Amino acid sequence: MNENPGAESFAELKRREQITNPQSEVVHFPASKGLPLDSGAVLAPFSVAYQTYGTLNEDKSNLILVCHALTGDQHAANPHPVTGKPGWWETMIGPGKPIDTDRYFVLCPNVIGGCMGSTGPSSLNPATGRPYGPDFPVITLRDMVRAQARLLDHLGIDQVLSVIGGSMGGMQVLEWAATYKERVFSAIPIACAARHSSQNIAFHEVGRQAVMADPDWCDGQYLEEGRSPRKGLAVARMAAHITYLSDRALHMKFGRNLQDRDEVTFGFDADFQVESYLRHQGMSFVDRFDANSYLYITRAMDYFDIAADHGGVLANAYAGTKTRFCLISFTSDWLFPTEESREVVHALNAVAANVSFVEIDSDKGHDAFLLHEPELFDTIRGFLTSAARQRGLGEGG
Amino acid sequence: MDAPVNPPHLRSADTARVDLLLIAEMIAPESRVLDIGCGDGTLLRILSDKHGVDGRGIELSQAGVNQCVAQGLSVIQGDADTDLAYYPDLAFDYAILSRTIQATRNPRLVLEQLLRISKHVVVSFPNFGHWRVRAQLMFGGRMPRTDTLPESWYDTPNIHLCTIKDFLALCNDMGAHVERAVALNAYGTKLVSIPLSAQNLFGEQGVFLLSR
Repeated sequence: MNENPGAESFAELKRREQITNPQSEVVHFPASKGLPLDSGAVLAPFSVAYQTYGTLNEDKSNLILVCHALTGDQHAANPHPVTGKPGWWETMIGPGKPIDTDRYFVLCPNVIGGCMGSTGPSSLNPATGRPYGPDFPVITLRDMVRAQARLLDHLGIDQVLSVIGGSMGGMQVLEWAATYKERVFSAIPIACAARHSSQNIAFHEVGRQAVMADPDWCDGQYLEEGRSPRKGLAVARMAAHITYLSDRALHMKFGRNLQDRDEVTFGFDADFQVESYLRHQGMSFVDRFDANSYLYITRAMDYFDIAADHGGVLANAYAGTKTRFCLISFTSDWLFPTEESREVVHALNAVAANVSFVEIDSDKGHDAFLLHEPELFDTIRGFLTSAARQRGLGEGG
Repeated sequence: MDAPVNPPHLRSADTARVDLLLIAEMIAPESRVLDIGCGDGTLLRILSDKHGVDGRGIELSQAGVNQCVAQGLSVIQGDADTDLAYYPDLAFDYAILSRTIQATRNPRLVLEQLLRISKHVVVSFPNFGHWRVRAQLMFGGRMPRTDTLPESWYDTPNIHLCTIKDFLALCNDMGAHVERAVALNAYGTKLVSIPLSAQNLFGEQGVFLLSR
């Protein structure tokens, strides 16, 4: 641990370069083309950073939009510029993989509110010339999706072959299919729900309070103070990380095994392997993620409730949809349990939408969508191949 | 070793599901179809390959669903007894219940729902009035087991078996219009020009096209 945990780490400084000068393509939308937000505010100017993989075909019909999760970013299938680790979905995206870059053109944007080059709370506020910090407007998932739609406009894409994502990414997929019906040929929402449950909000609140309780949060002005609420954000991550795993997965991985010792120490060191693991998860997260982004994005998820946006009836959001849906859930995911996906399926049935629904038997918990799950791969490959055929794409792409 | 020759008295798997081909025949091209209890998607594949229909499926077993979706079929995990209620009126041109009605908890309610959500309903089921079934019970004194009803009484999913006559009586009760009624014998041949009682005796399965 740092001698001065409240100070910025080297890795953190390196990461902050990505805010202003990301190793990604970036589209800057000028102040005159600001983004109207659900809150009534306008984000102007704003930027969207994105990665692409594969080649866009001539009639621009082979684009797959990948939406990332809460703490993900646009680096889905390339080494991460800060950590050097493989992209978060390298198993899924690439030549010959289920999202086959020999056939499809893959676009993965960083969400607004994020910290990897799209405009977020650590970006400079043009009104003050200083980082937004707590002055950044509260955003929603629909705002994120709107920003992505603006990116597609900019790239001249009318309709995506598919929009896919897990967790918060899956929620964006559902929002896409509700808000831009004509622009979504097919949709693959994975391990998600059409609204954030009370339990989910509760977990997020714990995380936010941990961040805000850290004196180095400095009322959100830590960037200007040259501080960093590392401890608070690490605790938030630790709590959240538990929710991404199943009880069984934790037990299989760690049991009650002790960490580098033969007996408990009768103290508060990380006696157990699971403690040591969580501490590591917390600390390494801090190097690659911004605390205020964490607050804003968790808030956006909490506000998410598609039915509420459509007269309280989820089916209303999808009336008349021609999108082909494929929902996927995992048996051991207790953060977004299968029942939540099934509710979406029932709403889609109510409007006679074209929907597939697969529940995958896995003991990996919510994070299963990021892992090597053969049935997940088979499902996505099969569904995308069929969608591409329906869309009139040749077998060769 | 000589290549095995199909002896004429043995039935190939294709003949065993000859009801599927007959069902496919009843479906108008380019229509919207819901296959309830679609299994591994055999019928949906026949329909979408040969008839260009917009096909959807509901299947109880998760393994069956996953297999279907991996092949690009639109299938959800669901239960005919509970999940049909979510569909709007007349959402489909055809709803198909092939060899599934006998496994539902409330066949009458399922049929009501199907007639609500679809213009036409195709139902096929193993005929419990077939002479082999009657003979096994009459002379063997045991619960019948046949090619179309292979399970033992204690592990069969078929909890509401009926005869062709029973089914027609139910249709009559419900005021469902029987557009077509076909009995197939053990060789998959349509039994035509014989009275209902004979169809009920020699038909191994019945295939019906209904509407409101």
